[in-house]
Amino acid sequence: MNVGLFAQYVMNGLMLGMMYALVAVGFTLFFGVLNIIKFSHGDVLTVGAFTALAVFSGLHALGFSSQWLDLVVMLAIATLAMAALGMLIARYLVMPLRSAPALNTLLITLMLGTVLRESVRLFYPQGANPKPFPALLPRNSIDIGSFNLRLDNVLMLTAGVAVIVGLQFLLNHTKLGLAIRAVAQDEETARTMGIDFTAIVLITFAIGSGLAAFAGVMNGLYYNEINFGIGLYLGVVGFSAAIIGGLGSIYGAILGGFLFAGLQTIGTVLLPFASAYKDVFAFAVVIAIMAWRPTGLIQEKISERV
Amino acid sequence: MGKTGKIITAGLLVAVLAFAAGAANAKDKVKVGFIGPLTGGVSVNGIGGRNSADLAVRLRNMDQNAKYEYELVVLDDECKPNVAVQVATKMAADKDIIAAATHYCSATAIATVDTYHKFGFPVIVWGAVLPDITYRNKYAEVHRVNGTMINQNDANAELISQLGYKTVAVIHDTTDYGKGHNEYFSKALAKIGKAKIVGTFGVTADQQDFTAELTQVKALNPDVIYFGGLTPIGVRIRAQMDKLGIKAVFDGTSGIVSDAFIQGLGPLAEGTLAFREGAPTEKLPGGKFFMEKYNAQKYDNPPEAYGAFAYAAMDMILDTIEKVGPDRKKVIDALGNVKDRDSIVGKITFDDHGQNTVPVITKYVIQDGKFVEWEASEYASGKRKLPGQ
Repeated sequence: MNVGLFAQYVMNGLMLGMMYALVAVGFTLFFGVLNIIKFSHGDVLTVGAFTALAVFSGLHALGFSSQWLDLVVMLAIATLAMAALGMLIARYLVMPLRSAPALNTLLITLMLGTVLRESVRLFYPQGANPKPFPALLPRNSIDIGSFNLRLDNVLMLTAGVAVIVGLQFLLNHTKLGLAIRAVAQDEETARTMGIDFTAIVLITFAIGSGLAAFAGVMNGLYYNEINFGIGLYLGVVGFSAAIIGGLGSIYGAILGGFLFAGLQTIGTVLLPFASAYKDVFAFAVVIAIMAWRPTGLIQEKISERV
Repeated sequence: MGKTGKIITAGLLVAVLAFAAGAANAKDKVKVGFIGPLTGGVSVNGIGGRNSADLAVRLRNMDQNAKYEYELVVLDDECKPNVAVQVATKMAADKDIIAAATHYCSATAIATVDTYHKFGFPVIVWGAVLPDITYRNKYAEVHRVNGTMINQNDANAELISQLGYKTVAVIHDTTDYGKGHNEYFSKALAKIGKAKIVGTFGVTADQQDFTAELTQVKALNPDVIYFGGLTPIGVRIRAQMDKLGIKAVFDGTSGIVSDAFIQGLGPLAEGTLAFREGAPTEKLPGGKFFMEKYNAQKYDNPPEAYGAFAYAAMDMILDTIEKVGPDRKKVIDALGNVKDRDSIVGKITFDDHGQNTVPVITKYVIQDGKFVEWEASEYASGKRKLPGQ
């Protein structure tokens, strides 16, 4: 394999990993504050991507033609809308089930995911068909040997890194972040310190769901195509990534996302048999890692589970 | 002539009239069957087929020279294999029903062949394309008027070779549909021997990301990427080819012949090849006749793509019963010897598996956002060029 080709695989893997990581971070955030697994997360991503597409159609109909303006407005509306959806889900589905077994939350969010997915399919105009997503980033590319470096990929990766760094800053260097971490560590103590538990949970869900919308738009820009099923698969992968990284750890989720993308790429490139088995390979390795480190590669600093 | 003469004449007249009326009444009733998906997601195709088969029966009943009066028994297979086996058993077990035109969905057609064989019930498949329906077994009862994916892949390989392309990378989904396409296309291409396959990639039917596979394809630098699968991942693969700067011809199957493919890709769809069994109804040899008769009956639904084949299947059944009488065994024997028979879908010849060997295949290329028949396109005339030409 020549260097150009290798660079191409690395780039493909990084883009995939970035999307997986953004989804995985959401899972980890929700688990952190409430110790629950929210399975509708992937489908929130789908709804986010379709919201962005609808906004684009709207802007187009109104006669806006600036790509950057389109992009900023799409991203802002999709992110805010999904943040609101995340808060609604938390307030009316997840929090009322706080005292019920965790399994109930898992089930109810799994069903909600199906409802969201099917709603997109049924109610978005021709939602069952794949939809073209506008290419709003500059399409310049440089050919370096057999490596095709695209400016839009670089911009998306940069934006992804910026979002993750921003999130990290928010969690570690702001009062809000402190409150989120306090709730994650010990709900009772956090309450006695005067932290508004409900508000913090809602904000966390808003952040996680906003990230999903961001990942959804990124998915659309990267592939120039979205469909009602994108979230289902990304949800499963994001969840697995969060688990191997260590649920509750942001770094773990990011590591898990990139690890999973790496495994898939390796599965396609290096294994002698057909690429059809790349998911089998990637998930098999995930199972092996979980057997080796049941609490994930990076463990929560304080684990209450025995 | 006296009084007696008048009475005799009147008597004769009555006798003749009675005889004539008797002859009209004496036409035996014969039942024939139709099975297709009349409810569910593909019901438009099933209803179009049902109407077309009904049209064949109505036209025959209007024909003074027909020996029998036909009654059409219609059952719904819902495009579900388990339901199909039930209705097939119900129909085949009714000894009054002599033969039937059956199934639009491959899954139901393949599920029921054993039933028809067990009951010795002659059927002609009118819409399902899976090769195994006729080729897995050698059942004398099962026939098919429409083509299979074997025929479309023969046409595909022929066009690719004819255009002078030398290297092909194959991407196919790992369902029976995709694997079948891969198998028959590879065989057809090898038989012609002008182009070779440089790599084959199986992908899952709901895969989102193809960049890893396509990067490998890019390294192989093929002239053509053959894709055996359906529209959703076809759209993704074509879009991601562009992302990676791959300039090969995108060569699809009947699975991508849908407006959704063009809508999903926009201008990127331009120059994509695709192949389909059958032809637009108006292009068929008897298409005009069929559409005129069909419209005259004022059915609620159009015949859809396979209506003409349902008509041809039912018409062949009626022809055969006219010739050999309402006897299942004789009908099976007669259907075993169909050769160069004229029909509205062109000549029909059944091979030893009951498969029509001269089915119509339509070649398409996408031009200006439409599936245009290859022969009529600007690509065939040389006005536009496919990549690598």
